[in-house]
Amino acid sequence: MTANTEKFLPHPTPVSRVYWDACRKHQLLIQHCGNCGQYQFYPRSFCTGCMAREPAWEQASGFGTVTTWTVVRRPVAEAYAADVPYVIALIKLDEGPVMMSQVNGCDADEVRSGLRVEVAFAAWSEQVTVPVFKPAGPAP
Amino acid sequence: MDTLRGKVAIVGAADTEVGKVPGLSSTELCIEAALRALDDAGMSKDEVDGLVTCNSMAEPHMYQAEVLAEYLQIFPRYCISASAGGGTTYSSLFHAANAIAAGVCETVLICLADSLRSGLSRDQAMQMQSSTGHREFEIPYGPTVPAYYALIARAHMDTYGTTPEQFAAVAVHARRHAARNPAAQMRDLISIDDVLNSRMIADPLHLLDCSLVSDGGAAVILTSASRAKNFRHHPVYLLGAGEGHSHEHISQAHDLTTSAAADSGRRAFHMAGLGPADIDVAGIYDCFTPVVLIELEDLGFCAKGEAGSFVAAGETALEGSLPMNTHGGLLSHCHPGHPGAIFALTEAVTQLRHAAGERQVGEAEIALVHAQGGIMSSHSTLILGRERD
Ligand SMILES: [Zn+2]
Repeated sequence: MTANTEKFLPHPTPVSRVYWDACRKHQLLIQHCGNCGQYQFYPRSFCTGCMAREPAWEQASGFGTVTTWTVVRRPVAEAYAADVPYVIALIKLDEGPVMMSQVNGCDADEVRSGLRVEVAFAAWSEQVTVPVFKPAGPAP
Repeated sequence: MDTLRGKVAIVGAADTEVGKVPGLSSTELCIEAALRALDDAGMSKDEVDGLVTCNSMAEPHMYQAEVLAEYLQIFPRYCISASAGGGTTYSSLFHAANAIAAGVCETVLICLADSLRSGLSRDQAMQMQSSTGHREFEIPYGPTVPAYYALIARAHMDTYGTTPEQFAAVAVHARRHAARNPAAQMRDLISIDDVLNSRMIADPLHLLDCSLVSDGGAAVILTSASRAKNFRHHPVYLLGAGEGHSHEHISQAHDLTTSAAADSGRRAFHMAGLGPADIDVAGIYDCFTPVVLIELEDLGFCAKGEAGSFVAAGETALEGSLPMNTHGGLLSHCHPGHPGAIFALTEAVTQLRHAAGERQVGEAEIALVHAQGGIMSSHSTLILGRERD
């Protein structure tokens, strides 16, 4: 057993299961309402823009921009101690919604608001892969 | 429109000892606060027909308010345990005031306490850390509570050029006030450099930008204005109250640097028929130093982006234009979690009674207290006055 398995892993709900299943296949899905066109994150049972039920899933571009960030220097739990210092950021996806994630793949000191990032995936257990982000490569 | 303005008053208020109080469970702390507030009012417990408390972390009960009523052997007709994080005190006072004005009950005991310093088991402490945030979409990434607030601090720096020195000034002034308050948990003066040289917890927040972890409780007694003069002290009237709710999880906030304090403040000022310039003394929720700056701006005490220089210039010191957190705040007086904001309320009552001793703000007539719970999620503002009209 690795320390990683003790992290606070998500427990998918009936609504979010599609999202977490896709993460294991290294796809970042967000909801896109077929009725009004709104993108939303986190997954919900309805579109908050027009109240239509069961908004459709769509694969996100995986690109986004850091809107704010911090470096955690004192871990939240033992399982995160090996990761210290780690960057927690809010990332505005190119589609519009904002999500929290970690920014890895660079020095913590290199992260800035406005940094362009792209999704990467980290397998934190047999069952759970989480989307994390890294500095974006050249524009697609 | 008929409003709550002047309809209810605080006639009793008291704190327990705060800081490290290992001798009492959180339930017993809450009872101690209640007994002291009743004594302060000169009131029998049998005059209480409403009871409000908050959930306790250290000693959770399924029915927290019923446990207290039973312990006290009172039999209220209004009895509720409220949960709005740090905003619990003021939002539950607002609810209780509405209940009194509606004739649901006449005299409400609001008592809150917890034992975060002495009463938490290791598992409970872990549970508390790991239960803040969205279970699926935030918590797995390992943010700490300071980290959530650091996201807001960074956004304010990026947007307005606010500096770590300005955040630090909030902590320095809190400590200066605590030094004049014998009840405060931390009373040794600190400097801007002390804050900046304290351990970095989550950039840009240092250890001394973060509030304390404490045991403690307090209680206030609220009754109808018509009864308010029957008690021992000068009553303190509720002139305005307002709430604002914008999100629960910080990743869902529509704005990181402007909070729903703008809504709660506007609503409270409107009810009171007053504005920021009328406030003589303020209690501004200070769980982390940047929070204070955003609240001061959103409540209208300064323009957006100017609270950093406002505090650094000493405007919120005892001798400034807006004496703030004269008891020392969550940063230096105490912070037992959900009950945190009640100490700024009991301080406001003390100030409006003109009984604050060497930290008294002249002949203070009007006070404002503001708190937020969650991560800048749930905001509540109260405006209090010495006179009803
Ligand atoms: Zn829609």
